[in-house]
Amino acid sequence: MADKVIFAMYDDDDKLMDGAKHLVANKVKVSDVYSPMPLHGIDSIIGVEPTRLAITAFMYGLTGTMLAIIGIRYMMIIDWPMNIGGKPNFSLKENMLSFVPIFFEFTVLCAAHGMAITYLIRNKTLPGMPPRNPDPRTTDDKFVMEIKTSENAHVSEKDLSKLIKDTGFIEIEEKSIL
Amino acid sequence: MHKESDIRLPLILGDKSYKDITDDVIRPIEANPPKTWYLLLMISVVIALWGIGCIVYLLGTGVGVWGLNKTVGWAWDITNFVWWVGIGHAGTLISAVLLLFRQKWRFAINRAAEAMTIFAVMMAGLFPLIHMGRLWLGYWVFPLPNQFGSLWVNFNSPLLWDVFAISTYFSVSLVFWYIGLIPDFATIRDRVTKPIFKKVYRVLSFGWTGDAKAWNRFEQVSLVLAGLATPLVFSVHSIVSFDFATSVIPGWHTTIFPPYFVSGAVFSGFAMVQTLMLILRKAYKLEAYLHVKHIEYMNIVIIVTGSIVGVAYITELFVSWYSGVEYESYAFLNRATGPYWWSYWAMMTCNVISPQLFWFKKLRTSLMFSFFMSIIINIGMWFERFVIIVTSLHRDYVPSSWTYFHPTWVDIGVYMGTLGIFFVLYLLFSRYFPVLPIAELKTILKSSGKNYKEDYGKGKGYWDKHSAH
Repeated sequence: MADKVIFAMYDDDDKLMDGAKHLVANKVKVSDVYSPMPLHGIDSIIGVEPTRLAITAFMYGLTGTMLAIIGIRYMMIIDWPMNIGGKPNFSLKENMLSFVPIFFEFTVLCAAHGMAITYLIRNKTLPGMPPRNPDPRTTDDKFVMEIKTSENAHVSEKDLSKLIKDTGFIEIEEKSIL
Repeated sequence: MHKESDIRLPLILGDKSYKDITDDVIRPIEANPPKTWYLLLMISVVIALWGIGCIVYLLGTGVGVWGLNKTVGWAWDITNFVWWVGIGHAGTLISAVLLLFRQKWRFAINRAAEAMTIFAVMMAGLFPLIHMGRLWLGYWVFPLPNQFGSLWVNFNSPLLWDVFAISTYFSVSLVFWYIGLIPDFATIRDRVTKPIFKKVYRVLSFGWTGDAKAWNRFEQVSLVLAGLATPLVFSVHSIVSFDFATSVIPGWHTTIFPPYFVSGAVFSGFAMVQTLMLILRKAYKLEAYLHVKHIEYMNIVIIVTGSIVGVAYITELFVSWYSGVEYESYAFLNRATGPYWWSYWAMMTCNVISPQLFWFKKLRTSLMFSFFMSIIINIGMWFERFVIIVTSLHRDYVPSSWTYFHPTWVDIGVYMGTLGIFFVLYLLFSRYFPVLPIAELKTILKSSGKNYKEDYGKGKGYWDKHSAH
């Protein structure tokens, strides 16, 4: 038997959510859901792991702070201390307060852009990338559930199609993976 | 899906479905623009070209073509800069701060307000660049190794803090805006039929797919970006105020400046959002998504920030007298009664007295009155910056050098020109970009849509039959 991907389409987010709950309760693995908007609560139903992007933002931010401290210390204290009205220019500590705004801005700059770039790469959304949604209507008002037979070998084909039928989809499409 | 309290008024009026939201937002993009759009674009392009001409003339001849003199060394250039930065504050405040507070009404205005922010910050950035005189050396503000030693930029200087603050604010706002736009571009991509549109939106949408993991990341990224942008909103205008507050000029050297500038910025930003959105909702028939309740919420923000600004003006006056410093006292006495009394009282009327009219429910729910007031506040906030800058400078410590500032046609031309460029960008945005966040509006339809909220408790409503997930 060739492995198949089943796309079940729904016209309402609640129907899809209830359907997904029903399938998962019957030990069917739902591989993915395509929707025109974020569906709150679907992640825990179909078992999508929480993203770690916030942690990367923290790490990028920390990198930014370190770079700003090292950079400003090198430029203002070591390489070319400026004499501004005889104010202390030989120690980072005594000049620290007036460096804080740029420490802060550079931290935010690195955290925001680092996270945004990671996000785009992880989502495979970059200029010129091809869209991979199964049906163009999933960005409008239709919701699609993706079920792979290869992930559901423990459920017989007959049971699977019956379970999916119970969820009240409006359209169904099957594709063979060769 | 949460069920929202019944006493909250619906945010989406009419009998809307998910499909209707897509249709209503994308319809103007697919249709041919009306004649008025072309007319407005043409007017804006002419003004923008005139402004660019003035900038080219200014750069070719030198900053001397402005009306500046030995005493008044900063006038319209920096006034316009601060005015535009202030306007650029509402967008990120709406999308970041209101996101953290889970204010759902922000979805009616966030996209257009963020676009306004980005274009306004671009216009703001233009002024420090051109007033360097030598535009092509603008990159000297960045700490780049150079053949002078290396001679680095001065990290102690508020002007350099400004460079970092504005460029961070601009680029982070742009990223925030674009990340929200990607799913909506995908909606347009999957729908439009014109081949050229299809191609362009395919590139713009970055291949967005809308799978569960992508939405999961999307929400996390929006939340963290909002968390990062919120302190940014407050820091940027605080740093702009440091340009003045860290100097020793009476009238500028005050510790009240950062909070006063930030609330002033939010005040003027919301006024500009009000001006633009009231036109946009009418022109694009978005009355169902942006109605009187939204306008009222914005007017409430305007009362709050306007009152903070009013208190700041009065505190400044009091402290100048209480300080016992003659120079400080004179700076403020001169503002109110000196040769620039008219600008001071224009500022006081527009910014302190007029927003208080919004305490009347009838007035703050009137669209015509809100539009009129938004223009008044925009004018008032321009005068605020003018008053702070010019009246503090024009009478310095030596009476023989006291002067009066007269703007030249180049001053006026550059300012009008930035308005022209701003409106060209905004008109293009409103025609080719989704002016409402399509995906995010769909998330609040069931909790805040009128057709889903009505009849609750009578056994017929949507929420009588459905339970929250």
